[in-house]
Amino acid sequence: MVDLDAVTRGNRLELARLLTEVENQTPAGEQALDRLFARAGKAHLVGITGAPGTGKSSLVSCLAKNIRVAQKQTVAIVAVDPSSPFTGGAILGDRVRMRELAGDPGVFIRSMASRGELGGLASATAGVVQVLDAAGFDFILIETVGAGQSEVDIACLAYTTLVVESPGLGDDIQAIKAGILEIADILVVNKSDLPGAENTARALRANLDLGYHLHMNHNGAHRMTIKENEVRNTPAWTPPIIQTIATQHNGIDEVVAEILKHREYLIDTGLWQKREQDRLRSEVYHLLQTGLVKRWQQSTPPQVFERLLQKVFARELSPRAAIDSLLNGSYN
Amino acid sequence: MTEKKIRVLIAKPGLDGHDRGAKVVARALRDAGMEVIYTGLRQSPEMIAEAALQEDVNVIGLSILSGAHLVLVPRVIDLIRANGQEEVKVFVGGIIPEEDIPVLTQAGVSAIYGPGTPTTKVVQDIRDAFSAV
Repeated sequence: MVDLDAVTRGNRLELARLLTEVENQTPAGEQALDRLFARAGKAHLVGITGAPGTGKSSLVSCLAKNIRVAQKQTVAIVAVDPSSPFTGGAILGDRVRMRELAGDPGVFIRSMASRGELGGLASATAGVVQVLDAAGFDFILIETVGAGQSEVDIACLAYTTLVVESPGLGDDIQAIKAGILEIADILVVNKSDLPGAENTARALRANLDLGYHLHMNHNGAHRMTIKENEVRNTPAWTPPIIQTIATQHNGIDEVVAEILKHREYLIDTGLWQKREQDRLRSEVYHLLQTGLVKRWQQSTPPQVFERLLQKVFARELSPRAAIDSLLNGSYN
Repeated sequence: MTEKKIRVLIAKPGLDGHDRGAKVVARALRDAGMEVIYTGLRQSPEMIAEAALQEDVNVIGLSILSGAHLVLVPRVIDLIRANGQEEVKVFVGGIIPEEDIPVLTQAGVSAIYGPGTPTTKVVQDIRDAFSAV
């Protein structure tokens, strides 16, 4: 059994063990999340996403170092890498780029496998982040799976989302496509010592100039809506575009300064609270769905469901009609 | 509810720069459905113990070709035990002379794999050790 007091007092072994329970979504882990909930909600959750190989891990390492040295704040890192769709195994290799953080008691790094989730995070990532938050870390940097164009779950979890690009990944048409670029609060062009970095930054800037000044309302994965009245009532945040060379610690001060500025902006405009509430709303809604399905399963004999399925297989009933008859009790 | 996964840390302590063997083993364990945390070259025993703690691993695999195993391996084991991870299994892969094997076993190493060991053996040993998991 996990000792929650030890976790909040800073016992790293107990913390690590609790994270395993939460990651495995065990009853002990879920009870711990319930009890730690009141203590969480203080950390600045920062998401880092972008295509594989753009330098996310190196950038995360630099950001953590900078926050430790310049801001004197503690940092937890949650780094997600993909699980094999065939074997369920995974190679979690983000720590390779984070060696300079070794030996600092103000840093805690945890690697996670995505375990079948497709949105760039694992299903237990939010829980793991909540534990680290309750354990008192000031900043939590969440590095997603190397993302393509539409893995946007991170924007629902983090207050500030960094999208990392690097030179040579596409032209200006890529820059105006919908998806991952839209969730950026801060755009980073890493590997800016490579040829083409200026072009990449320019294409991103041109895209912003085409009219980016819309507020995202993150109320749950894949259900982001743009609220017109917010656009009118609050000053717009224009995502800054920062060129970095993470391996040389180049441009990192600027990125950290923008992260802090973004936090101020969110707090001043009330969006910080709003993002938190939207996240909690979608979490409660999600749990309600799961809970209702579970309750329904307990109250309905599996044969009923099976019998109905056979009718669907035989194309006597459409899936929708089958569900209607289940829910209104007319299935017999 | 997700199933419990065996988590393995594959690390290269010391200064030799060949991690082909470590990568082969990491890949084999991945293909056996385990979650492998790979930390890269030139790790100090302190770095390895810290990673093992934060990642709450079940198994640590140390790859050593430098000949410094009699210093590095017991040091890693001392550190992880001092951290309270008594139950973590440690195995060693690399070039280990015959006469050093009892010394390492005495220090707490559960298995030593020399050149030519089939990766299936490593997988099976880990599975056997955690069959209850």
